[in-house]
Amino acid sequence: MKVIKAFVAGLALVGLSAPAAMAAGGAKPLHDGETHLPEWTFSGPFGKYDKDAVQRGFQVYTEVCASCHGMKLLSYRNLGEHGGPFDKGDAEVTDALVKEFAAQYTVNEVDDIGDIVERPARPSDRFVDPYPNVQAAAAGNGGAAPPDFSVIAKARHGGADYIYRLMTGYPDPEEIVDGIIEFNDEHSHGELTQPAGLYYNPYFAGDTKENWSGDPRHAPYGGFIAMPPQLTDGRVEYLDGTESTREQLAADVAEFLAWASDPKMENRKSLGLGVMIYLFFLALIVYFSYKQIWRNVEH
Amino acid sequence: MSGHESTYKPNTGIEKWLDARLPIVRLVHGSFVDFPTPKNLNYWWTFGGILAVCLMTQIITGIVLAMHYVPNTEMAFASVERIMRDVEYGWLMRYIHANGASMFFLAVYIHMFRGLYYGSYKAPREISWILGVVIYLLMTGTAFMGYVLPWGQMSLHGSAVITSLIGSLPLIGEPIQIWLQGAPSIGNATLNRFFSLHYLLPFMIAGVVILHIWAFHTTGNNNPTGVEIKDPKKDAVPFHPYYTVKDGFAIIVFLMIFAGFVFYAPDVLGHADNYIEGNPLKTPAHIVPEWYLLPFYAILRAITFDIGPIPAKLGGVFAMFAAIAVLFIIPWLDTSKVRSLRYRPLARQFFFGFVFVCLMLGVAGASNPDDVVIPTGGDKLRYEASFEGTAERDAIKAVAASHDGKFSASKGVATVMFDDYHDATEFAEAAGIEEKPAVYHPGVKWLLVTQILMFCYFAYFFLVLPILGLVERPKDEPESIAKSIHHKEPTEGSAIPAE
Repeated sequence: MKVIKAFVAGLALVGLSAPAAMAAGGAKPLHDGETHLPEWTFSGPFGKYDKDAVQRGFQVYTEVCASCHGMKLLSYRNLGEHGGPFDKGDAEVTDALVKEFAAQYTVNEVDDIGDIVERPARPSDRFVDPYPNVQAAAAGNGGAAPPDFSVIAKARHGGADYIYRLMTGYPDPEEIVDGIIEFNDEHSHGELTQPAGLYYNPYFAGDTKENWSGDPRHAPYGGFIAMPPQLTDGRVEYLDGTESTREQLAADVAEFLAWASDPKMENRKSLGLGVMIYLFFLALIVYFSYKQIWRNVEH
Repeated sequence: MSGHESTYKPNTGIEKWLDARLPIVRLVHGSFVDFPTPKNLNYWWTFGGILAVCLMTQIITGIVLAMHYVPNTEMAFASVERIMRDVEYGWLMRYIHANGASMFFLAVYIHMFRGLYYGSYKAPREISWILGVVIYLLMTGTAFMGYVLPWGQMSLHGSAVITSLIGSLPLIGEPIQIWLQGAPSIGNATLNRFFSLHYLLPFMIAGVVILHIWAFHTTGNNNPTGVEIKDPKKDAVPFHPYYTVKDGFAIIVFLMIFAGFVFYAPDVLGHADNYIEGNPLKTPAHIVPEWYLLPFYAILRAITFDIGPIPAKLGGVFAMFAAIAVLFIIPWLDTSKVRSLRYRPLARQFFFGFVFVCLMLGVAGASNPDDVVIPTGGDKLRYEASFEGTAERDAIKAVAASHDGKFSASKGVATVMFDDYHDATEFAEAAGIEEKPAVYHPGVKWLLVTQILMFCYFAYFFLVLPILGLVERPKDEPESIAKSIHHKEPTEGSAIPAE
């Protein structure tokens, strides 16, 4: 099977879809299994972001994630741009929302007499990082600095799928007794001890053998992540009244992060359609010209 | 730039004036308008034109990107994202440029395999072939340096791996490495010079492309029969409009594939880790180059043993460079007088084997050398224990045997393998071992597969090409291109011998 897989991967490489073959090795996270993925509206050649989901996801980000994870490559004005959470169709409303949101944050500025003063952030400012520097971020989080979220959906294999799985993949808190998780499924029988300050997640790349009581060949998939489980039912009270389940929160925040990582996706796909149609007809015209020009040449 | 007399006739006064002073229109006319081109060129010959389009695309998008990119380790990553988000159509420019590199390599590999199949490297076209290999070398250098510019994790650590290779050369290695990096380690100085060279090399490629065209326009194009043009009236057609329209059609089809990647899967050929900003203190679990360099990366890692005085790492470097260097001498390694593999049925089998080997080397380059390809039985549990003297060894052996463990020993270390976990734990308790058993995957590893593939790669050049030309019995070549068309075989490469 593996040889066939490798060969198929090889053909895929020639067919230029290499990432399957280039997936990072070493760690062995769980890839499929029981997780039921949301149906993303943004996949496929005509896919678009679900505006409501992006708005809800932005709410999840600001209320849950933003206290640790920055988005330093985005500016506040990006939030009002096409497809963004403040894109309400009315420029005035959007501008007001962006301004109001940015003004919650403060940035430093040098004034006319050379003093450093604080002022409220403007839409043109970049997102203010939750920590002053990476050392502070690491020190505040048990040594592991929380990654920046600007392009996180593109920086992980699986993108939005990965984010959703990671956020919903933590075991239920009732299953963890004194940091010990009992496994009794098809793959694993035994006890897994979470190291202090770390949390087991089957979708996080890592190795569980050292902390596993049973047969190391059947150690649970995944690894230990420094981030405790964040999304629980009701963690965020949605402004639009959507029921706030763990799955809903995870799907929405994944959708928002997908938008933040690739905000031009809709422009790209719509321009692509035009380009493809144009090239198709051009190819037809040139093909018939070719047939016409060569009609009397034996070749 | 052509071996034939241009039929250009200046008509207007201005044309006559220019032609008497700088006959540039005459040159272009002779090379790309009335140049006699074999009339039997198939679609594999369109990749030359496709490659010219690729080069122009890369240069134009690259110039625009360079207007916005900042070659500084603190700002490079953010400047690329600024291009993606804030520059008008910046995302389009960058995605065309990044995917364009892959398209360029896809086309160049097809172009090279075409040259190998139809014997386009044979006399009198050796110089065309060698200039082509020079272009390919410049392309790999340009692509490698371009991949470093976004300063992602793969950029940074990939460049560290490659420059450290040069450092493994004896005596001169370290000074050259420091000179290349501009510092004892990869940093801002490296990024600056890579940016400078990445901008320079494409123009050198363009220069060598002109020489490449000059060379094969002097000898005339090869063609699928490998038989030279005897009578231009019967065997050839003028380049324009016959091949401008055929190449044009192929280019448009190629652009559709290109656009498919750019608009619908722009990141599928890249590695997710390169969207993480470069951090010298954090090495990615798995460093891999872009797909088009994977076969050479596989060869680099295949030498894991010292060869006489040459340490393994240096041996790998030599093997990798040899894998490219061998391309230069192909015209003299191949002893066959027959150009086209259409008339060499045995050689054709070997050729397809060689293509397969190259593809598999690519897969090997993407795989972890220690991963098992072909498992031979289920995973086992392994304990290792050191012993002193035969008495101790025999004691371990006895305990192992009583728990169904497979015992082996060498150089004072006993290895015991178990299928069953309970047997293993009971053995560990009895033998007083506290650690957990390691998991052992029995089977053939990628490393061995890669080594075999590497052997096949070199054997094709050093054994198959020289020997086959001497021992095989080729089929008869057609008398002329025109006759080959007249007595067309049912399908190309069918088993029916040519008349």
